[in-house]
Amino acid sequence: MSVDALDSSRTQRTLTGTARLLLALHIDGPLFIALCMVGAVGAIVLFSASGSSLGMLEAQLMRFGLGLIAMIMLAQVPPRIIRNAAPVAYVIGLVLLLLVMFTGDIAMGAQRWLDLGFVRFQPSEIMKLAVPLACAWYLHERPLPPSLTSLLVVGLGIVIPTVIIAEQPDLGTALLVAAGGGMVVLLAGLQVRYILSVVALLVPVAVGAWMFLLHDYQKQRVLTFLDPQSDPLGSGYHIIQSQIAIGSGGVFGKGYLNGSQVQLEFLPERSTDFIFAVVGEEWGLMGLVTVILLLMFVIGRALYLSATAHDTFSRLASGSLALTFCVYVFVNTGMVTGLLPVVGVPLPFISYGGTAMVTLMAGFGILMSLCAKRKLVSR
Amino acid sequence: MPRSVRIKDHLGEQQLFEQRAVVAAVIMVIAMGLVISRLVWLQVVKYEYFADLSQGNRIRIEPIPPNRGLILDRNGLPLATNAPSYQLELTKEQVEDIDATLNGIAEIGLIEKDAIPTIKRDLRGRRSFDAVPIKLQLSELELARFAARRHQFPGVEIRPRLTRYYPLAESSVHAIGYVGAISEDDKKRLNLDDYAGTTLTGKNGVEYAYESQLHGKAGYQQLLVNAQGRSVERIGDEAAKLERREPVAGNDLFLTIDQRVQQAAEEALRGQRASAVAIDPANGDIIAFVSTPAFDPNLFARGLSRPEYLALTEDPNRPMYDRVIRGVYPPGSTVKPMMALAALENGIVTPANSVFCRGAYRMPGVSRPWRDWKPGGHGHVDMRKAIATSCDVYFYDIANQMGVDRIHDYLSQFGMGQLTGIDIPGEKNGLLPSTEWKKKAFRRKEAQMWFPGDTISIGIGQGYMTATPLQLAHATATIANRGQRFKPRLVRAVRNVTTGEITELKPSALPSAHVNDPGAWDVAIGGMYDVANASYGTARGATANALYKIAGKSGTAQVFTVAANEKMKKAGELAEHLRDHALFVAFAPAEAPRIAVAVVVENAPGGGSAFAAPIARRILDVYLLTPEQLAEQDAKRKPAPPAPVPRPGETE
Repeated sequence: MSVDALDSSRTQRTLTGTARLLLALHIDGPLFIALCMVGAVGAIVLFSASGSSLGMLEAQLMRFGLGLIAMIMLAQVPPRIIRNAAPVAYVIGLVLLLLVMFTGDIAMGAQRWLDLGFVRFQPSEIMKLAVPLACAWYLHERPLPPSLTSLLVVGLGIVIPTVIIAEQPDLGTALLVAAGGGMVVLLAGLQVRYILSVVALLVPVAVGAWMFLLHDYQKQRVLTFLDPQSDPLGSGYHIIQSQIAIGSGGVFGKGYLNGSQVQLEFLPERSTDFIFAVVGEEWGLMGLVTVILLLMFVIGRALYLSATAHDTFSRLASGSLALTFCVYVFVNTGMVTGLLPVVGVPLPFISYGGTAMVTLMAGFGILMSLCAKRKLVSR
Repeated sequence: MPRSVRIKDHLGEQQLFEQRAVVAAVIMVIAMGLVISRLVWLQVVKYEYFADLSQGNRIRIEPIPPNRGLILDRNGLPLATNAPSYQLELTKEQVEDIDATLNGIAEIGLIEKDAIPTIKRDLRGRRSFDAVPIKLQLSELELARFAARRHQFPGVEIRPRLTRYYPLAESSVHAIGYVGAISEDDKKRLNLDDYAGTTLTGKNGVEYAYESQLHGKAGYQQLLVNAQGRSVERIGDEAAKLERREPVAGNDLFLTIDQRVQQAAEEALRGQRASAVAIDPANGDIIAFVSTPAFDPNLFARGLSRPEYLALTEDPNRPMYDRVIRGVYPPGSTVKPMMALAALENGIVTPANSVFCRGAYRMPGVSRPWRDWKPGGHGHVDMRKAIATSCDVYFYDIANQMGVDRIHDYLSQFGMGQLTGIDIPGEKNGLLPSTEWKKKAFRRKEAQMWFPGDTISIGIGQGYMTATPLQLAHATATIANRGQRFKPRLVRAVRNVTTGEITELKPSALPSAHVNDPGAWDVAIGGMYDVANASYGTARGATANALYKIAGKSGTAQVFTVAANEKMKKAGELAEHLRDHALFVAFAPAEAPRIAVAVVVENAPGGGSAFAAPIARRILDVYLLTPEQLAEQDAKRKPAPPAPVPRPGETE
């Protein structure tokens, strides 16, 4: 504690005007700059992926701006309020999920959307933030590592929304929600023996999910992942075309707006889930590694910030948000390169699409609030 | 350390967190390292391979549609085959202005202007490099017309494809069904991966019900295409890498239909609004399945224009309407053998009990009489004679004694009022009324009451009762089989085209109709035998001189209710569509039945025995006699019967 205080008082002396402003707004400079860079890269790639569509570019930049505003606003909310709001947000999110289950609109064959009259949104997006926050709230005043009872409560709190979302069916979001909660538990110091037993338990759960929970098209994706050539006209088509795009990009890429896989529309979902392959074709290995390093910097910085947080709740919640972001990146790049089966997870800040972008930015806003260096009186 | 005294250790938790965060960071680095090494594998090690696939020449996957399975009659005569034809296909990415192109094609008369929005909707859902058919089965003239102007339409090409062909045109169309262009609704039902390249799917009948057997699985081939997407010549080494997977052809189906009998039945019914269906009582196999008038299914495979379609749907004789399974008629006197069995089963009468028929039945307390079809009455009749002479008064009486619910429960055992479960879609279940049914069917309280008078009409198959011709044939087969029932079916075997292996499908038995005393069958069947063979039998004329013994029952279904006390008008004075329907059910040989048949002729100029029975006789003859016997019999009969093979175009 004292080291922190000393540290901040020493830096405060050398602050410039901008830095002072950022500090006052609880914004972490390096993270903020990295996020803006990722957003800029995303916009540039999207323009090519969308077939030079100015409309889509505009929409994406608008959402990014909206996300930034949401982030800055959330960073101003005191951690105490965030902590107290966490269980409330969880309950509201769960109710909305149930509501969507019975009344939701069906878009693209999946029941995810809730129409509130003035706005349509996916309650599962709320859960991406509410689940890790609620888990951290539940564990923060109990002794850690968590007892078996706490683990069971938290486990149930994660499994219920995950199953509902997986049934919508939205495997990608279900995965991210489960990861958000799971990361909290791991960071809380879950004993190694529990980790091992969960891994052992995953096998029967996976078998059960395969038999009862997964929809046919989801099973088909997994099967096709194992052997894309088995179904080159159907779901294997994505994986084959995506690998051709990346592979043919080579080390330096074919050049911006020059990827034949992208521009001749061989690559499906090129502006959304498969945008990573667009980078690969047009910017090559260099481009991909740059993007990966940029994203890893964001994750690393967020993880570092969470380790400097003052209380258990802040640490657990922000650490989980950072690691969930990592899951995003790994699952998306893994599926586009053919390492993982195709589940609908976008590449954060780069894939076209609104809700995920705003949720992510909101998450970083919360993280900045929780980890901001505050004067000690604020406690 | 006991659990109850654990307290929070803030410093310990902080350290624990930091330790976990470090582990997480390490795992992240490993995971992303995995991704990067995968990228190095794809972009550095396998670069040449993927660059080959992508740069310069690209591989396009083109689907190869499977051959649709054939539909054959029970003896292997082809009823539905595949024939080569030419179709017009459009590839989106090669067409600069889709609207202008479609309008241009419409101007030279190959597609209709009205069809353009539908075609565009279809195009929207397809990949830009898919060749989408926009016009099927081009005629010679259309081919020539397009060939002369093809340079105006880049991206539109003529492709030879196999299309469905029904060599016997109208014959058996209601059983076989037909294929047509895949619609938006079909797309929801079908696994589209298997349908890549397929343009047609089953729309009705066997073609629809057995779609998964008939269709097969699409194959594919990889093509080399240049940057514009055109297929280019395969060059040496590269060609070796191109994959091809052969499609899996659909299975052939052997129907239960005997085309010889089918054709004879069609000829016998030609010119009528009528239906006939013949079943093998031993297994439920449908030997003939005729609904007239019919239509040519080849029109649907080719694609109908709107006027052509309207002509079919607005024809007052309704050629597309499948009368065998969708036509519901009052069964009339054809229910009498079942009604007799019901009375015996319920202990209402014994076979020897006789009733004196004066030509009308009076219920105590009701002044209005129920008339017999024969004004003077039949005199003393026992059960067997009541069936043979079709005495209405006898059946009014036993129906009244049984009550509608006992009739309902017993006739249900013969499949009346229920779907028979035939293996094609669209079947109707007719109506076997009961007091409970009436309660549900009517909104007004007064109308919900079941009156004893309602039951009396049921006794002769009138009133609320209706049945489909298939149900009547099925019930007749059940009587012929002394209670044992089989689900009617049109497909008897499936042939795997690749291996040549033929799988016979097992007949599926249904719960039997029950009698306490097996002697009851002898009475009911005996009555039906007398219908055809006794001097007083109603159908003795139509069944005379048969080389085998027939058991049958005629029926006349009232369309227009003539007030009971009004003198019956002559059938000829009524408007044609108000005339009665003529029905006949039969099975033969009576002692060892091999075929059961039901014939319904709508608005016939005569009753069942005069008009429907000769048609049933013809069907039985063709099925049971050898061709030589048939020819000999035809030669003897006067006036000359229809020739076995009519000249084309010959109608009544």
